[in-house]
Amino acid sequence: MPIRKTGVNGERMKTAIIVFPASNSDRDAQVALRSVTGQEPQMLWHGDMDLPDGLDLVVLPGGFAHGDYLRPGAMAARSAIMDAVIKRAKAGGATLGICNGFQILCETGLLPGALMPNEGQRFVSRPVTLRVDNVASPYTSGYESGGYVRFPVAHHDGNYQADEAVLDSLEREGRIAFRYAEPINGSARAIAGIVSEDKRTLGLMPHPERAMLASDHGPQFFKGLVEALGA
Amino acid sequence: MTHEPETIAEHGLTQDEYDRFCASIGRAPSLLELGIVSVMWSEHCSYKSSRRHLKHLPTEGPQVIHGPGENAGVVDIGDGQAVIFKMESHNHPSFIEPYQGAATGVGGIMRDVFTMGARPVAMLNALRFGAIDHPKTKHLLSGVVAGIGGYGNCMGVPTVGGETGFDARYNGNILVNAMCVGIADQDKIFLSAAKGAGNPVVYVGSKTGRDGIHGATMASAEFDEASEEKRPTVQVGDPFMEKLLLEACLELMAEDAIIAIQDMGAAGLTSSSVEMASGGVAAGEGGLHLKLDDVPQREEGMTAYEMMLSESQERMLMVLKPGAEAKARAIFDKWQVDFAVIGQTTDTGRLVIEHKGETECDLPLGPLADEAPNYDRPQEAAPVFPALDDPVVTFRECQVILTQGEQALADIAQALVSETLHNRDAVGALGISEAKGTLTIHARSTADAPEDVFDAFKSAAYNLEAANAVAKVRSEEEKTDVNLADAPGADSMLLALSRLMASPDLCSRTWITEQYDSSVMADTLITGGDASVVRVHGTTKALAMTADCTPRYCAADPFEGGKQAVAEAIRNLSAVGAEPLAITNCLNFGNPEKPEIMSQFVRAIEGLGEAAQALGAPVVSGNVSLYNETDGAPIPPTPSIGAVGLLHDAEKHATVAGAEMGDALIAIGTTRGHLGQSLYLRTLFGIEDGAAPGVDLDAEKKASEFIRKMIAEERVSAVHDVSDGGILAAAADMSLAAGMGLAMTTPVQARRAAYWFGEDQGRYLVAVPAETADNFVLKAAMAGLQASRLGLFGGADLILDGDDRLVITDLAAVHASTLPQLFKTPDEDHAMPMTDTDIKSMILEAMPDAEVEIEDLAGDGDHYRARVTSAAFQGLNRVQQHQLVYKALKGKMGGTLHALALETSVKT
Repeated sequence: MPIRKTGVNGERMKTAIIVFPASNSDRDAQVALRSVTGQEPQMLWHGDMDLPDGLDLVVLPGGFAHGDYLRPGAMAARSAIMDAVIKRAKAGGATLGICNGFQILCETGLLPGALMPNEGQRFVSRPVTLRVDNVASPYTSGYESGGYVRFPVAHHDGNYQADEAVLDSLEREGRIAFRYAEPINGSARAIAGIVSEDKRTLGLMPHPERAMLASDHGPQFFKGLVEALGA
Repeated sequence: MTHEPETIAEHGLTQDEYDRFCASIGRAPSLLELGIVSVMWSEHCSYKSSRRHLKHLPTEGPQVIHGPGENAGVVDIGDGQAVIFKMESHNHPSFIEPYQGAATGVGGIMRDVFTMGARPVAMLNALRFGAIDHPKTKHLLSGVVAGIGGYGNCMGVPTVGGETGFDARYNGNILVNAMCVGIADQDKIFLSAAKGAGNPVVYVGSKTGRDGIHGATMASAEFDEASEEKRPTVQVGDPFMEKLLLEACLELMAEDAIIAIQDMGAAGLTSSSVEMASGGVAAGEGGLHLKLDDVPQREEGMTAYEMMLSESQERMLMVLKPGAEAKARAIFDKWQVDFAVIGQTTDTGRLVIEHKGETECDLPLGPLADEAPNYDRPQEAAPVFPALDDPVVTFRECQVILTQGEQALADIAQALVSETLHNRDAVGALGISEAKGTLTIHARSTADAPEDVFDAFKSAAYNLEAANAVAKVRSEEEKTDVNLADAPGADSMLLALSRLMASPDLCSRTWITEQYDSSVMADTLITGGDASVVRVHGTTKALAMTADCTPRYCAADPFEGGKQAVAEAIRNLSAVGAEPLAITNCLNFGNPEKPEIMSQFVRAIEGLGEAAQALGAPVVSGNVSLYNETDGAPIPPTPSIGAVGLLHDAEKHATVAGAEMGDALIAIGTTRGHLGQSLYLRTLFGIEDGAAPGVDLDAEKKASEFIRKMIAEERVSAVHDVSDGGILAAAADMSLAAGMGLAMTTPVQARRAAYWFGEDQGRYLVAVPAETADNFVLKAAMAGLQASRLGLFGGADLILDGDDRLVITDLAAVHASTLPQLFKTPDEDHAMPMTDTDIKSMILEAMPDAEVEIEDLAGDGDHYRARVTSAAFQGLNRVQQHQLVYKALKGKMGGTLHALALETSVKT
């Protein structure tokens, strides 16, 4: 994988990845962030109480934290370190939850709605075409609105659901960051990723961190994010 | 006191074996000791029918670090690293409880690999189910696939490849073989021999319950109707616990703390402790003293017998260096995994087990392991299938002539053809020819086919005639004799190809592979190719891996079939450009007490050994699964081969998909047109006859070396090995993968069907830039290989000899629909007709930027032409672009819409 130098912003960037028991994309996120920022992300154990100061980005990685027991993300959302993660996110700290991380963000209430078992009740793993729906967030500001990207998905519970009022407000407030351009899991309004009210927290089912070959679309995602956070 | 004959029989031992054990220890065993010897002497643990034959396999090579005998094979990949891999069966449990059986098979093989110090980096599997329309197949297939995915996905190890076959001979005994590939540093490889006296023996992982008691004995017996009552002997897997165990073990392995480590697989604590202790004995010192009171237990009141024979999953046994306990315990506490010191090593050469103050077992290790029975069972070879004379079949024939001036005849014809093609039970083929405003469709099918393509076609034609009077059914019931080597039984070779590509053997596996996480770890470069390719993390190298076997060849000729399984595996590695390193195997056979089965086993091993030797791929690990029979009916011999190869430069790999517009298609290797045991005869005509194709190992070696060299020199755009379905199926794969048409010509004097569908071995197809094609053919000739130019890539159709055509996106749709069709819910078949506005709005919902033009071709709301332009098509080939539109229509294509003629283009 080519190491991409991203200039001053990336080199100053401090990132951290929370590792839960049975996180499994923590290394994927680590490698992706390292390649884009040129800095080593801090790997933080779920049982820690505090976050280091001055983090520019916290990533909740993919996986099956706590074996998805109870509900995906339910136990992880109550891990020791999550109090600090929630506090920081509420204060506007950029927080990215990918796949299981998205499920965890919904369980904490940082994002509305829930990720239900896929329509069809089967795990789905394949590259999928997504539409960038709103570019007014650090995660999407590098894209053109209405543009398409391709990331792999790999999940059993990615069927985003919320009540109609919530879905309407997400639409109205421009908080739907990515939509599927093809049916994947039965998500309401084809939602693949949403941002928080302040647009600083993104939950996303597809995996940009697993699409990091030079010809893939992952580097652009992370590069755009680094540039937006550094600005 | 000796045991009752019933007790001995319940333990799966013969009276002879029991008497022999009593003699070797000089007394009758206790009940616990009987339990222990019963599992250690089971076929599963002792390899008592296979041991003497397996030792003839080639196992050595300069690259081999550890061959058979350890938990998995260890092979040098340079830079101080090693690849560690093995394949193992979980057949019987998966038949009884498909989800848990398959899941725990995955968990077990992963433990075999990480117990040696490797991080698992890829999983493959080799699955065999019964006939696709057998009542149990759907349930077994969906359960096994979900189980493999459920376990592997949670572990975060990508499942990247494998193969799935369907054959009625597996109706009562499916095969689930799982393979795990891991990577370790050569100086951090852990073995199982428990050396040194007085060292702590540590139990880590899940608590022990009463599950799976006597699983190893079950795996060593035939099936009958009562077998499903054995469900309680199937274990339940917990991939979450295994993930924690993996991380904790790897963390501890990075420290200098472990003397020996062994996973608890079949026969749990018994086999792990005996294997560790006897490894120590072999090294000159050994023995174990266990105190079971300290074993973490899930249930109350467990006896020593239950604990020793439980097959609870996700457990390991370790011998630690003295004083390392505290450090080790802290790591396992962090990962919330049970950790208990349950005994110590000794120098007595004995296994001593104490529970509640009583010594319940005190046995010398020799009789349990090295001195276990080693049978030379009688063999009697069944005759191999003789070569097939030209197969001649009598067909019934019927013609439909369509006359409807300006009507879109082609669309109507296509509807007729596709309706018939979707009739799964049909045997036969169709042809279409067009002349001056009329269109003639011929249907042929074998005279004795019970529910055949002929009837399906005829009734579809009559329906059409009744509905809108465009069709006239003319002649019928004409009978002709056709030599199948000359023609596929109809005018169109490509329609025969469609049927093959939609058959259970060759249809798209996407429904299966989409349930496996193949992208986790972010190092996967190829899945679903000839071999899968995974980068060696943090390096520029990659590993290639594949699983192969062709059971119908093995049934016809176990020796040639054994050779072929290895040859195909090596061919698959070579087709991506990888140097073969070594192979593993999973030898699935019937009851070895039957002389003809024993002979199959021995001949298959001889064949695979000969090929492994000739092709430079030693056998470094393996597994034997015998007694694969139900009610006396054995499975076809199935020696699954798992092979691993190395790419020194990950970027220099070839794919099936790389063909570019204008590339020439070239066949490498000799085509004689071998139709015996071919899929063509089996799928289209129900003929399973003839000799298996022979494997010329010299030619195989030459061809594989040539292909690897051409890939390394970057002279090819795409490569595919030729196997099931022959050249035409392989060419169709390349065409589908590139999303591009291909025009081909039958070589002069070739017998058409034999040429295109014959399954001669040692062949590859390559796509090369047209201007280099002559030079490429010359290079092949100089390497002593036949090379033939067959055609050119480009356009949207497969074209054979000018007039036979098949639209590539139609082939893609037929190829993709077989498995989803099997799992379709009834209401998906009864959707309502759609208007052009519906179609447009569904496409726009998925791709709002799209420009969509729709035309109702027949004015019947059933046949449309759509032109779609969108930026979403960027970077996708034609087939993928069409698939995106079909997906936007949410599966209503083919059901609601009989025909959608689609044109797509990229919006710039």
